Amino acid sequence: MSASFLQAASVDEALAALDAGARPIAGGTDLVVGARQGKAPLPAALVAIDRLDDELGSISDNPDGSLTIGSLVNHLRLMSEPLVVERATALADGAALIGSPATRNVGTIGGNVMNASPAMDTGAALAVLGATVHLRSASGPDRILELDELWTGPGTTTARPDELCVGLSLPARPPRSGSAYLRLEYRRAMEIAVVGAAASISLSADNLVETVSIALTAVAPTILAVEGTAALAGRAVDTNLLDQVAALASEQARPIADLRASERYRRHTVGVMARRALEAAAERAQGIKLGVPVNRNKGIGVSL
Amino acid sequence: MNEKLSYQVTVNGVAFDVDADRDANLLSLLRDQVGLTGTKQGCDDCECGACMVLVDGRPVNSCSYLAVQTGGRDVTTIEGLAEDDELHPIQQAMLDHAGVQCGFCTPGMIMSAHALLETTPKPSIEEIRIGLSGNLCRCTGYQSILNAIGSAANAAD
Ligand SMILES: Cc1cc2nc3c(=O)[nH]c(=O)nc-3n(C[C@H](O)[C@H](O)[C@H](O)COP(=O)(O)OP(=O)(O)OC[C@H]3O[C@@H](n4cnc5c(N)ncnc54)[C@H](O)[C@@H]3O)c2cc1C
Ligand code: FES
Ligand code: FES
Repeated sequence: MSASFLQAASVDEALAALDAGARPIAGGTDLVVGARQGKAPLPAALVAIDRLDDELGSISDNPDGSLTIGSLVNHLRLMSEPLVVERATALADGAALIGSPATRNVGTIGGNVMNASPAMDTGAALAVLGATVHLRSASGPDRILELDELWTGPGTTTARPDELCVGLSLPARPPRSGSAYLRLEYRRAMEIAVVGAAASISLSADNLVETVSIALTAVAPTILAVEGTAALAGRAVDTNLLDQVAALASEQARPIADLRASERYRRHTVGVMARRALEAAAERAQGIKLGVPVNRNKGIGVSL
Repeated sequence: MNEKLSYQVTVNGVAFDVDADRDANLLSLLRDQVGLTGTKQGCDDCECGACMVLVDGRPVNSCSYLAVQTGGRDVTTIEGLAEDDELHPIQQAMLDHAGVQCGFCTPGMIMSAHALLETTPKPSIEEIRIGLSGNLCRCTGYQSILNAIGSAANAAD
């Protein structure tokens, strides 16, 4: 049996511990808080990966224009790193909404993705940006998964217990493209998304749609990619188009009702979020600078 | 899982040899083992910020952070800010601007403000609000705290 706590000094050491049955802990903002709330006890054997910054803590700009983000990159860095703000703006929007400065300091992108909450704030952004997840294990070759191959339900993924998420890749962005993520929230910090939506768009020289993608937060067991957006190519980004996107989002949402919102309210407001996210993404695609997070700019939680 | 783990943590510049349960949180380590009770336990659920400390200079909710993850690291608590008898400028500003009523949130507020001013020495009011957004106060209505942090920032050169 492995030691109950191992501070991994290298990824290889962490992988060996996972192979022997340990579970990884990065910041612990999901794992420790969940255990203290009684959701699930802390795993019998833990391997801490939080000091593997050399191997898992960088954001790299690859020659083909793609970005690689190490799994240990925290939300503070995601929301302020120029490469992310410029090329993966929706991801910066999402990271900037997470918890408080302390949560953003301790919480990592790898933890957010592998925790697989349908309310996670980086998920819809990663989905519209076409992110892939890199998994590594001691026993076999690396696996690179699309997000819809990774997430299977609230808190569940297709990653094997011996696999570590080493990072994510975001493909190169087309010219004249923009992205944005918004969430509906009842307070401006320390909040869980009531619903949220991310949009990514690329435009032709005369501002017609080339590609659009939309993904939704907290309206299904996993982050939900909206279908049917390919048919929007060639259209202008006008009220008609925004109405149609809002309708697609509301129709495809499969929300639950709980303490925080009814099924009907979530279904309606996720369309509103999708519309505003697309509006913001299209503005950014045209070079208009909208600050991160774009929530306030689009009328959510504005100061009186 | 009650296995005891041994490691060393530096708290306010002083090295402590720790012997603690694996699942011990940083807050209990500071209050019960190191004996520094300035860091408060409010919600004990990562919501209120009363337990805020700095780990390697960055803010952490100590109630919900495994103590063992601070092994070999530098922890700063509210007790680590004053120099001898002289309060830290943020502490002094909190007194001068009546940012303290019952005082329970105060250590956490000051640690969050400290973390903010390290990275953003001249914050806007909006930046101060965001910097303190993980800290709840039941007494002041926040305005006096915002005034205190703003004036501490303005006073620094
Ligand atoms: C007060 C508070 C507010 C929050 N607000 C938000 C919010 O607004 N939006 C939001 O989306 N989330 C929020 N969260 C959740 C949490 O902070 C994030 O999901 C964070 O990114 C988790 O990262 P971590 O490093 O702390 O994960 P951990 O808790 O360390 O790990 C989470 C899970 O992922 C696994 N894991 C971690 N890293 C890896 C890896 N590299 N490979 C494989 N498995 C791994 C762990 O075993 C565990 O099962 C909040 C949490 C708190 C406590
Ligand atoms: S006691 Fe830690 S956040 Fe409230
Ligand atoms: S002064 Fe009482 S909680 Fe803030």
